Amino acid sequence: MKTLNFEDLTKIRKKAQATLNMRELSYAAVSEKSCGLAVGTEHIELLCCGGTGCKASDSAKIVDNLKAAIEANGIADKVEVIVTGCFGFCEKGPIVKVMPDNTFYTQVTPEDAEEIVKEHVIAGRKVERLLYVDPKTSHTVSDAKHMDFYRKQMRIALRNCGFIDPENIEEYIARDGYAALAKALQEQTPEQVIDIIKQSGLRGRGGAGFPTGMKWGFARNYQAEEKYVVCNADEGDPGAFMDRSIMEGDPHSVIEAMAICGYCINANKGLIYIRAEYPLAVHRLKVAIDQAREYGLLGKKVLDSDFDFDIEIRYGAGAFVCGEETALIHSMEGKRGEPTLKPPFPAESGYNGYPTNVNNVETLANVPIILTKGAEWFSSIGTEKSKGTKVFALAGKINNVGLIEVPMGTTLREIIYDIGGGVKNGKEFKAVQTGGPSGGCLTQKHLDTPIDYEHLTAAGSMMGSGGMIVMDEDDCMVSVAKFYLEFTCDESCGKCTPCRIGNKRMLEILTRITEGRGTMADLERLKELGEIIKDTALCGLGQTSPNPVLSTINNFWDEYVEHVQYHKCRAHQCKNLVTYSIDPTKCKGCTACARKCPVSAISGEARNPHIINPDKCIRCGMCISTCRFDAISIS
Amino acid sequence: MAKEMKLACNVVEQVEAICDKHGNRPGELINILHEAQNMHGYLPEEMQRIIARKLNIPASKVYGVVTFYSFFTMTPKGKHSISVCLGTACYVRGSEKLLEEIKRVLNIEVGETTPDGKFSLDCLRCVGACGLAPVVTIGEKVYGRLESKDVKKILDEVAAND
Repeated sequence: MKTLNFEDLTKIRKKAQATLNMRELSYAAVSEKSCGLAVGTEHIELLCCGGTGCKASDSAKIVDNLKAAIEANGIADKVEVIVTGCFGFCEKGPIVKVMPDNTFYTQVTPEDAEEIVKEHVIAGRKVERLLYVDPKTSHTVSDAKHMDFYRKQMRIALRNCGFIDPENIEEYIARDGYAALAKALQEQTPEQVIDIIKQSGLRGRGGAGFPTGMKWGFARNYQAEEKYVVCNADEGDPGAFMDRSIMEGDPHSVIEAMAICGYCINANKGLIYIRAEYPLAVHRLKVAIDQAREYGLLGKKVLDSDFDFDIEIRYGAGAFVCGEETALIHSMEGKRGEPTLKPPFPAESGYNGYPTNVNNVETLANVPIILTKGAEWFSSIGTEKSKGTKVFALAGKINNVGLIEVPMGTTLREIIYDIGGGVKNGKEFKAVQTGGPSGGCLTQKHLDTPIDYEHLTAAGSMMGSGGMIVMDEDDCMVSVAKFYLEFTCDESCGKCTPCRIGNKRMLEILTRITEGRGTMADLERLKELGEIIKDTALCGLGQTSPNPVLSTINNFWDEYVEHVQYHKCRAHQCKNLVTYSIDPTKCKGCTACARKCPVSAISGEARNPHIINPDKCIRCGMCISTCRFDAISIS
Repeated sequence: MAKEMKLACNVVEQVEAICDKHGNRPGELINILHEAQNMHGYLPEEMQRIIARKLNIPASKVYGVVTFYSFFTMTPKGKHSISVCLGTACYVRGSEKLLEEIKRVLNIEVGETTPDGKFSLDCLRCVGACGLAPVVTIGEKVYGRLESKDVKKILDEVAAND
C-alpha cells in the first residue's frame, strides 16, 4: 500500500512520462512524408486493441501470438506488447499499432502476428497487405493521422483510449492523470472547481444536456450526513457504445472525475451503476479502482489530504429505463427500476434519500482535462451553447463503422462522408437516426446542420447518448419506427399509462400499416397519440418515445402514405407488402433455390424455369442470396 | 408462479451463503440475484422464496424484481445460450432475418430451449461490436458479419464440438 502525497504523484508522473514520451512525441512527429520505419530504435511497442469489438475478433489471441513470436525471436528485452482500449476504427479491427513509427495495421488475424514481428520488427519491412487502403485514392496509408477517418476528429473524452494501457495506472498518471484532483485538493475550493466547470460550458452527455457545473452546484447546496456521487454507466441505447469504450480504455478518467465531484459536493461515496452485459468494462473498472486505492487516490485521506472518497460498483440487470436517474437510483437500492416524479431531484433526495449527483460516463471523462487545461480552452471548442466535443457511435450502413469524437458543430455531412467514408455499397443515403429510441431520423436536408444540442432538437431529433445509425434506400422508415417502438414497449416499466398503453396502441397502428391494413385516419391518430404521450408520460423514456414515429412521419410522409394507400413498401422490407417472383427468362432451372427454400415454396423441374408459390413463401430472402443468375426479384 | 422441483440442499446452502455475504440487506437484492443466477443458471421460485426469507422481505418483492429485469430468468438455459443482437446497428444490417433462420433451424421461439437442452435462444440489445454487425453470440463467443445461410453451419459446428 503506497499512500501518495502530492509530491509523490508528481514524481511518479515524471518517471512514467519518460516511458510514455516515445508514444506522444512520435505521434506528434508523424507527417505525410516521414512515416518511415523506426527499426533500430531501442524500444518498440506493439499496441493492440483490447476493446470488446476487437476482442470479438480474437484480439486476445493476437496478443498471445505477438508475445510468443517476440519470445521465440529473443527480442523480449526491447519489444513490448501493450493492450490498449478502443482505437475507434472498429470497421477495420482488430488493430495493431507499432510504435514509435505509428504503423497502423488493420484487420489483423492471430495468424498475422508472427509476420508482423518477423517482417516489421526484425526485418524492418512494413507488412503492406495489412495497411489501410484509402478507398478514394487506392493508396495505402500507414498511420492513423493521415486517414480521413481520424483527420476531422478531436479526441478529448477519448484522449487516452487506444493510447494507454488501461490496466496500468502509471500510464494514466503520465498523461496528467490525477493532476486535476491533486490541484483541486491542494489549491482550489469546491466552489472554484464548480465555477470552472460552469464556465467551461460542459453539459450532460447522456442525452438531456443539462449543464454539469450547475448540477454540481445544486448537489453542493443540500446539507446531509451522507452524500453520493453516481456514475451512470447504464448505456442502454442500442447501437451506442461510447461509455463502454471509455470505461474499457480509460477507466481512471471516470474515477478521477468522480473523486473531484465528491470533493465539490462534499460526498465521500461514489457508486458506478453499470450494465451487467459489459463484463470487460466491469473488470477494467475493478482493476482501476484497486490500483487507485493502492496509490492512495481513493480511500481515507486521498493524497494525504483531509478528503475521504471511495467507489463501489453496482450492477444493472438489463432495463433501459434505468438510464433515467430516478429509476437508476431505485435500481441501486435493490428495487424495480421505476422512475419517480421530479422534484424532488436527486440533488435533494436521491440514493437512500440522501443528496445524490448523477453524471454520465462521457461527461465525467471530460472533467479532469477541463480542470487541467482550463475552462477557456474547453469553451473555445464547439458552438455557442454546446461546448466541447461529442463522441458518436457511427454504425449501420456506413463504410467506416466506429467510435468517433468531433467538435460540436461538425455537420452530419462531414461525419457521414468524410469520417464515415460514405454509405456502404455505394447505395443512396436515406436517413441517419440519432438519439436512439428517444431520438429521430434526420434526412438529406439535414446533412449540413451543425450537430449540437439545439440544432438536433430543432430538427426533431435529439443528441441522446450519441448513437448514430446510418440508413440507406433499402431501409423502410415505417419499419424503423416500428422497430424503435417495439423496443420502447419492451422496455416501458409500466408505471404510467401514457407510456404503457399509449405506446402499445401506437405499435398496433404501425403494425397494421406495415401489413397493409392501415388507413389515412391511422396516420392522424399516430400523430395525435404521439403528442399526447410526449406531454403526459412520467419520465424521459415515455416523453421521448414517440419521437422516432413522429420524426419519420414528418420527414417521410410519402412513404407512410404509400404503405396505406398503395400497399407498397419501396424498400421491400414489409413482408406482407411484397411478393417474390422468378423471371423465367433468367432462370436456368439449376434447382439451387428450391433446395434452399426452407418452406418448399419453390417448385419446377430441373433445367426448366421454377416458380414461387406466394401462399407458401415466407419472404425470407434465402432464394435471392442463393440464385447465381439474378433471376429472383421482389415487387 | 409455477411449482418447481425441490432444490438440492447444497444449493439452498449456497444461496443462503450469498445472502449472508451481503449482510442480508434488502438493498443488495440485485447483487444477490446476480450471484445466485451465476451460481445456479436461473432463479426458480423456491430460490426466490429463500432469498425473500433471508432478507426479510415479501417473496412478491423478489419476484417483482426478477421479472422486471431482462437479465434475470426463471427458466433454465440450454447448454449453449444463443443471443441475437437486435440493436439498431445489427437490425439495419439484417439481424431479424438471422433470428428467423435460427428459430426455424432449432424450431424454438425466443426465450425457449431446445428439447435436448442444447440450445436456448434469446435476443439482446447491443454487445457493442457494431463493426461486425449483424452479430450473434453463442456462449461467450461472438459471431460477426453473419448471413442467414451461415446459421445452419455454425449451429452444426457448435453441436458437433460437444
